[in-house]
Amino acid sequence: MITAQPKIGLFVTCLVDLFRPTVGFSALKLLEEAGCTVEVPVQTCCGQPAYNTGDRATARTLAQQVITAFESFDYVVAPSGSCAGMIKCHYPSLFEINSGWRVRAEQLSTKTFELTSFLTDVLGLEQANVDYAGTVTYHDSCSGLRELGVKTQPRRLLGTVAGLELREMEESEVCCGFGGTFCVKYPELSNRMVSDKVAHILATGADTLLAGDLGCLLNIAGKLQRDGVAIKVRHVAEVLAGLTGVPAVGEAEGGE
Amino acid sequence: MNEAREQVLATIRRGLKRGPLEGTRRAELEARLAQPPRHLIPARGQGSPSERVALFIKMAEYALATLDRVTDEQAIPAAVAAFLARENLPTEVVMAPDAALAGLPWESQPLLKIERRAAQDGDKVSITPAFAGIAETGTLLLRSGQDGPTTLNFLPDTHIVLLPAGRIVGSYEDGWDLLRAAGEAMPRTVNYITGPSRSGDIEQTMQLGAHGPLRLHIVVVAVN
Amino acid sequence: MQATSLAFKRNAIAALNNPVLQKALNNIKIGFVRKRAAAVAKLPEFGLLRDAGRDLRNHVLDHLDFYLERFEAQVIESGGQVHWARDAAEANQIVLDICRSVNARLVTKGKSMVSEEIGLNDFLEANGIRPVETDLGEYIIQLRHEQPSHIIAPAVHLNREQVADAFQAHHAPYGFTERHEEPRALLDEARQVLRQQFLQADVGITGANFCVAETGSTVIVTNEGNGDLTQTLPRVHIALASIEKVVPTLEDVSLLLRLLARSATGQELSVYTTFSTGPRHPADVDGPEQFHVVLLDNGRSSMIGGEFQDMLRCIRCAACLNHCPVYSAIGGHAYGWVYPGPMGSVLTPQLIGIEVAGQLPNASTFCGRCEEVCPVQIPLPKLMRHWREREFERHLTPMPTRFGLGVWAFFAKRPKLYRRAASFAAWALRRLAGGAGRIKRLPLAKGWTAWRDLPAPPGRTFQQQWAARREQRP
Repeated sequence: MITAQPKIGLFVTCLVDLFRPTVGFSALKLLEEAGCTVEVPVQTCCGQPAYNTGDRATARTLAQQVITAFESFDYVVAPSGSCAGMIKCHYPSLFEINSGWRVRAEQLSTKTFELTSFLTDVLGLEQANVDYAGTVTYHDSCSGLRELGVKTQPRRLLGTVAGLELREMEESEVCCGFGGTFCVKYPELSNRMVSDKVAHILATGADTLLAGDLGCLLNIAGKLQRDGVAIKVRHVAEVLAGLTGVPAVGEAEGGE
Repeated sequence: MNEAREQVLATIRRGLKRGPLEGTRRAELEARLAQPPRHLIPARGQGSPSERVALFIKMAEYALATLDRVTDEQAIPAAVAAFLARENLPTEVVMAPDAALAGLPWESQPLLKIERRAAQDGDKVSITPAFAGIAETGTLLLRSGQDGPTTLNFLPDTHIVLLPAGRIVGSYEDGWDLLRAAGEAMPRTVNYITGPSRSGDIEQTMQLGAHGPLRLHIVVVAVN
Repeated sequence: MQATSLAFKRNAIAALNNPVLQKALNNIKIGFVRKRAAAVAKLPEFGLLRDAGRDLRNHVLDHLDFYLERFEAQVIESGGQVHWARDAAEANQIVLDICRSVNARLVTKGKSMVSEEIGLNDFLEANGIRPVETDLGEYIIQLRHEQPSHIIAPAVHLNREQVADAFQAHHAPYGFTERHEEPRALLDEARQVLRQQFLQADVGITGANFCVAETGSTVIVTNEGNGDLTQTLPRVHIALASIEKVVPTLEDVSLLLRLLARSATGQELSVYTTFSTGPRHPADVDGPEQFHVVLLDNGRSSMIGGEFQDMLRCIRCAACLNHCPVYSAIGGHAYGWVYPGPMGSVLTPQLIGIEVAGQLPNASTFCGRCEEVCPVQIPLPKLMRHWREREFERHLTPMPTRFGLGVWAFFAKRPKLYRRAASFAAWALRRLAGGAGRIKRLPLAKGWTAWRDLPAPPGRTFQQQWAARREQRP
């Protein structure tokens, strides 16, 4: 049931908090414009780095922290398929079946959403009332796509942005090579994967790359810039919220 | 190696936290084996008999088999001879020692030199009957027996298979039912054959005739 | 074989820098990935069949003892023999004993990953018996004294020139002195050389894709027909199967066949699917006089009931390899043992130990493409994560990772401290970028900056800015 003005706990994600606050404010703007009340509870990280390193104890502690901070909201929304996927698909498995924490994790799971999925699937948003003059291509980040089924939602909304042309790249569903700690544990492999991704992006002729996860965006932007390619990289929320006045990811302040 | 057997089974049971199956559970599994349930069967093979024949032909061609249709079994020898002539293939053929095949008017094709036996090295062309055809993938079902040497399916360069249209069933499951209905024990060998032999092992470029036949030619016999 | 999985990182870097290999790996995308997608698109029921395949394989594993015993009874009933092997050494000895019982000198072999797993060829050779691989890819790598780099396309890492070199080095005794590089000519040459082996062999050894409990049949799935010649021409047929390959009925095999070829090569069905039941019947005019099945455990039975049981659902289609961005970048040899790719990253630590194979389940971004294409829906990322958990529990996680994680966790568990640390990091990173928007080199993050720039933060964290805003609009 959607209450008249659903109360949202915005899970900013640690990467957005540190590297790209604009994404958080874009999410805020989109949710408020769609009629939600948005709060930002005290938060650090969803615990995925620990979880994927095999440190279940730390992952569990951080999950409990998130559950406690967010369980009073109607919904938890994150501008990231990866972090939303962690909360939605993995938190319950951290706790014993039938335990109190398990139940609380499962309850949080049912009301946690990735941003574009929440806007379209839950709020029924059909129109982004903004414009963006550019040709964009969209990278499907892995967790959002495969754990949460985020595929058409961002594209449907982007399709309503005035002036925006979407050009699909080859293999948009193949991993960019970020993979959390993978990119520093296996840098050569990660580099190969992001190089392939960059080649597919270039082949579209698009001037902007969009995606829904900052991890992928930092990785791809970093590679594009190391290669000297002037393609703008932005989180999809920035475009949908019309907050594209700030420099693109990795771009110099005041533009290039 | 009885000790090995007991240890493997004991470890499995330890993992499953139980002893050997008994009682109702065992009876259920026995029943499942005695009356094998079917899983979901794709709709594509479940059309009318004529749709099944059409699907079989389409799928066999997709698998790179060649096909001829004759409407009278008496016309089979002429169709075989014409195929061999058309493809410029030898007329020495080895045929399965099958009674139904032997009853066809092969003498009407004096150019064909026929031997009835298992295959040997150097044989170029074989002719065998199919037990059934499976429409969903254009697959032939052949079985070994005194009238069906398996080597004929693999050693010669060209394999010609005779398939009565009435033996074309929709699915693999229908094929097994036909075989079970024939009432014999499992033959030593049941071959599903879907197109001619091939390999993609060199640079993923597909080449026909890796070890088995280079050509698979199916004569569908549709008696009106 | 000696595993080199410990050297995974070094192997992977070498593979990335091997242009011949890189070119060959590109063939996988064309040969497998696109064809699978096309085949799946042509079968509307494919998704439901995957559900049924998963459920069937789970049913088998939950009753594995029952079905193995029934399979054994049916093999014996049809005149064959079953041999149980706890490990590689026992399996090798069983095969050798059978070969010796018929004074075998030459053994032809169909493709079998279990044979690779137990190192059968080396063992037979050491005991004076000559094994000849007859699958074209396996034959090529046998000539080159290599391991398969892919579970269904063992020579996918090679190009035609390398095949030509191998044939030129080994085929003179068969009268082939001219060098060919065209795949057609190479295939014809191999066909002629191997035809002689098929006809002379005393024993034929194949693997088994499935063992059917209902009938006591072993099933092989091939495209070349080599497996059929291997098991039909010699006097003795030995089928090597690992214990989890058992399937209750022919109906159940039918289900798995609909999944296997489409997932593997994108074919509707492989060219030859062959059901072998016992030795030749008295009236048969060809076929082997003896039929033996060797059932290999080698650590699998202990996976039953544990967190890795799901791995035993695997039907060895290789879709997870073909769709894995890591496998696609480095090929199979870098994994250092028999089974590469995602399925290998889960299975190998079980078979040779996490101490040796610990790198494999770590070398994944958990992108999930393997699970997405798996015909029996094995949760491969989850199983790789379970291995990481075991490593972490046993303090096998590398020190720098453990230390870094510890520092990060210290802050992440303390939100106030974390906010201050994040604010400092945001400020410091921006300073390092110096207005350029990105950082070219960062001493503690060389893994990142060796290959890409690090986009810099704008200077103040979201939570800092949010707090400031809250003060402005209470």
